[in-house]
Amino acid sequence: MPAAVSFQHVSRHFGQVKAVDDVSLDIARGEFFAMLGPSGSGKTTCLRLIAGFEQPTSGHIEIFGETAEGLPPYKRNVNTVFQDYALFPHMTVGENVAYGLMIKGVSRPEREAKALDALAMVKLRGFEQRRPSQLSGGQRQRVALARALVNQPKVLLLDEPLGALDLKLREQMQEELKALQKQLGITFVFVTHDQGEALSMANRVAIFNDGRIVQAGSPADVYERPRSRFVADFVGSSNVLPPDFAAAHGGTRAWTSLRPEKIRIVSPDEALPSGQFGIMGRVASVNYQGAMTRVAVDANGTRIAAALPAGLTAIQEGETVTLAWSADNLVAMDAA
Amino acid sequence: MRSERGATLPLKAAAIGGLLFLHIPLALIILYAFTTEEKSFQFPPPGLTLRWFQAAWFDRPDIWGPLWLSLQVAVLATLIALVLGTLAAAALWRARFFGKDSISLLFILPIALPGIITGIALRSAFDIMSIPFSTWTIVLGHATFCIVVVYNNALARFRRLSGSMIEASMDLGANGPQTFRHVILPQIGSALLAGGMLAFALSFDEVIVTTFTAGQQATLPIWMLNELIRPRQRPVTNVVALIVIAVTFLPILAAYYLTREGEHTGGSGK
Repeated sequence: MPAAVSFQHVSRHFGQVKAVDDVSLDIARGEFFAMLGPSGSGKTTCLRLIAGFEQPTSGHIEIFGETAEGLPPYKRNVNTVFQDYALFPHMTVGENVAYGLMIKGVSRPEREAKALDALAMVKLRGFEQRRPSQLSGGQRQRVALARALVNQPKVLLLDEPLGALDLKLREQMQEELKALQKQLGITFVFVTHDQGEALSMANRVAIFNDGRIVQAGSPADVYERPRSRFVADFVGSSNVLPPDFAAAHGGTRAWTSLRPEKIRIVSPDEALPSGQFGIMGRVASVNYQGAMTRVAVDANGTRIAAALPAGLTAIQEGETVTLAWSADNLVAMDAA
Repeated sequence: MRSERGATLPLKAAAIGGLLFLHIPLALIILYAFTTEEKSFQFPPPGLTLRWFQAAWFDRPDIWGPLWLSLQVAVLATLIALVLGTLAAAALWRARFFGKDSISLLFILPIALPGIITGIALRSAFDIMSIPFSTWTIVLGHATFCIVVVYNNALARFRRLSGSMIEASMDLGANGPQTFRHVILPQIGSALLAGGMLAFALSFDEVIVTTFTAGQQATLPIWMLNELIRPRQRPVTNVVALIVIAVTFLPILAAYYLTREGEHTGGSGK
């Protein structure tokens, strides 16, 4: 069975700029796939290549086994939720949602019924007579979602759809999107620069940098086993330990990632079990964050950040502490 | 103590004087359409009559040719301007290229240039290309400045359109013509209507460019000019002036109300 979306050595250059540079990837059917990366990393261009707004400079794209390059957007069974929603201001909400069906020539009663169903799916029943300008940001977002889903696309593309929403609404929409995706079984491809959003929603994450995919895998995989310093830094925060330091403290001679929450503080006289390593250092800063306290420790010139669960013994700046971690939590990376 | 909002007496007098200076001649034009005295404009008119309207309608077939020509030219020039002006605005709306500002200026130039320059330039161009003067040369001359008002109105409206809206339409299955019909046209329609009406009004009363591009034909304004030089039933000219006012003023008024809700643009008079 062919993949929902398949990129084979796809590049998209704008003059000298390699927006997408030799990207190969397979997105499985029914997957919730996140493209994560800083702005300008090529993730949005990849999405636009799937939608058909961009054509690859070189390489091959397949959507459900069919060659996609050369096909205009209106000949692809793919729909997009735009970052600015791109609702049509001169149409009612109902007409917006029914637009795709109207273009396909579906009869008026049928498309109106389907639009109502789609609006019910995004909990906007009763809003069909309103204009987009009369809706809140969150409601517009739902209309954009309904307008795309009513066409029963094979792949739904979402371009930073939650970017303009406030935090509470955002978390709520994350839950709803996830539930909707499970319920419909449609392949979702989601572009975001928010690593928390990507990790919490997606089945699989591809991390982009400079037009390339630097790592792809399940959220846990990407978080626990970053392959490069870029991934370790971009996905969550991490201590990147130099090769010599790592080799001396339980790791191998390579640039090594150690997540702050894998570090605990032990009493100086405590004997460390085998497989555990520790280092003494002076507390440089203490940052209380509610659920946890972040502590920066200066250990012989190496700055190590630790995230400690709240409620532990209070630690003061300037105090000398012993940090300990298990050798299993040291992740050797390919590149610096 | 002077009130903050009140203007000084001299300023008020100057304003009133200015308004009177502008509008008394207009009022006189209208008034003398009804005068009973044919040869000279004596004030006050010795009497009022509707006879000249009757005369214009029944006894003066020489009015109908120019009136018909003016309407024809205005309609054709407006149609050409609507198509070309909209296309130009659409092309320059989202494109980024070297020399974009210069090209934009070239579009607007015909309305900024004195009409006499446009007229002479077109006349020499027609001569060089051995194009005989006809209705079409007048239409082309008028189209040069009619395009500008449509272009300006359309561009202002295009700028308020989000680019992703067009992509959204394509994404939902609509091809180019469908997107134009269902998404773009409804949103720029009133701007085009307003631009078209202004263009029509500009063309309908144009004299200078017409003089240079018309050959033997006379449009209504040119006919009026000739009537003033060699008067026959003088008040009939005033009756025709009333018609011109009606034909140009109403579209401009309509254009004003159509664009008022949005931002107001449009070339001011030529």
